[in-house]
Amino acid sequence: MVFHRKHILGLEELTAEEIVVILDTAASMKEVSERDVKKVPALKGLTVVNLFFEPSTRTRSSFEIAEKRLSADVLNFTPDQSSVVKGETLLDTARNLEAMGAGIIVIRHSMSGAPWLLARELKSSIINAGDGSHEHPSQALLDLFTIKEIRGDIGGLRVVIVGDIRHSRVARSDIWGFLKLGAEVRVVGPPTLIPREIEDMDVKVYYKLDEALKDADVVIMLRIQKERQESMFFPSLREYSKLHGLSHEKLRQANDKVIVMHPGPINRGVELSSEVADDVNSVILDQVSNGIAVRMAMLYLVASGGRKV
Amino acid sequence: MDSETIAQTVSRITDEIISTNRDSGELVVVGIRTRGIYLAQRLAEQLKNITGIKPPLGTLDISLYRDDLQIKREWPELKKTDIPFTIDRKTVILVDDVIFTGRTSRAAIEAIMDFGRPSSIQLAVLVDRGHRELPIQADYIGKKIDTNKNEKVRVLLNETDGKDEVLINQE
Repeated sequence: MVFHRKHILGLEELTAEEIVVILDTAASMKEVSERDVKKVPALKGLTVVNLFFEPSTRTRSSFEIAEKRLSADVLNFTPDQSSVVKGETLLDTARNLEAMGAGIIVIRHSMSGAPWLLARELKSSIINAGDGSHEHPSQALLDLFTIKEIRGDIGGLRVVIVGDIRHSRVARSDIWGFLKLGAEVRVVGPPTLIPREIEDMDVKVYYKLDEALKDADVVIMLRIQKERQESMFFPSLREYSKLHGLSHEKLRQANDKVIVMHPGPINRGVELSSEVADDVNSVILDQVSNGIAVRMAMLYLVASGGRKV
Repeated sequence: MDSETIAQTVSRITDEIISTNRDSGELVVVGIRTRGIYLAQRLAEQLKNITGIKPPLGTLDISLYRDDLQIKREWPELKKTDIPFTIDRKTVILVDDVIFTGRTSRAAIEAIMDFGRPSSIQLAVLVDRGHRELPIQADYIGKKIDTNKNEKVRVLLNETDGKDEVLINQE
């Protein structure tokens, strides 16, 4: 099957088949990063703008490497050095970038829905690199890719997402992705960090980590987002770590071959102990290298989908 | 062409490859997706039968090197490329089922060059149907077939199609 989308905005709107096309394409892309000369000419002549309104090291660098490996021309647009501080609106900024010839705009914004606004108003292809606490499709796709690579299939796996479900766009995209590919999804965290509407998403809600971990195949630890917490949702980091942090002790509840993931950056000793982070079960660094292949696939596919007139 | 002629043709091409490369260094065989892969496998097998050495065998998907990505409405589905050996200072035998405009071969040559610096690249095809759009020729040709530009040449192989046959259809 061929991919017909011009934009990749969120996992909620993708079908299971489209997700599989992205993952299969990423599997083929991975080989490019294993070569001595890590570059192919596929997107030669296409300008890609990374429009990041929020700080990001990993995601922006990963997109930039992916773009360069596909030979796109890359422009990094960061608002602190730009007219945004002079009061230009998001849409005007984006229209200016489009007028400069941007074929694809990769956007991260603190406002949920910002990528959809651009997709509606512009002719460029839009890739969502994280919008507010809504979706983070490239992270969820690389999580799915990493697990599929190890386990072969996502269907039937028991996936536990731990921590700040309320503020996490990774959690939301992961939940959609894993459910669509047939996994069982459990969420666990302090009650204050689990939004009520999560129950409408066909996930199992837990408040005790060791119960949620029983026979788990995959554990996704979310980062405690200190910057997104206007008020404290739990008494102290120490208490959080004690109740919801992952240790070897607690991990014994899970399946022997359990895979431990974290979208980064890790707060060592808070979400998970240093031993767990560096353990053989941890695939945190595989996630980072797979992220490049997945983002190459996303860019390649929207560039092709966007060509349809 | 039927299955017997195809088998004879693969044998003949194998002999030609051996006699051309008597003094060349090590051979490697790379098949271009999709049907070039199976022809490459057959060639590699024949080379082993005659020389006693099985050449390293690779698979190439040229999607990322096409020259029509900017104009094509539907992009090809990207499949895996797998060349798990060095091609530096080797003689690379590129294998495809049909040579037509020469554009696939051009893309394949460019892709191979990204993997290293072979001492030479030689092209083997089962069918040369003419109508080249680039100055590219095959070194080993199974059969030259005069075709109309709007005719379609289909190579069927046991591995993908359940039988060996070459067909020419009107579009």
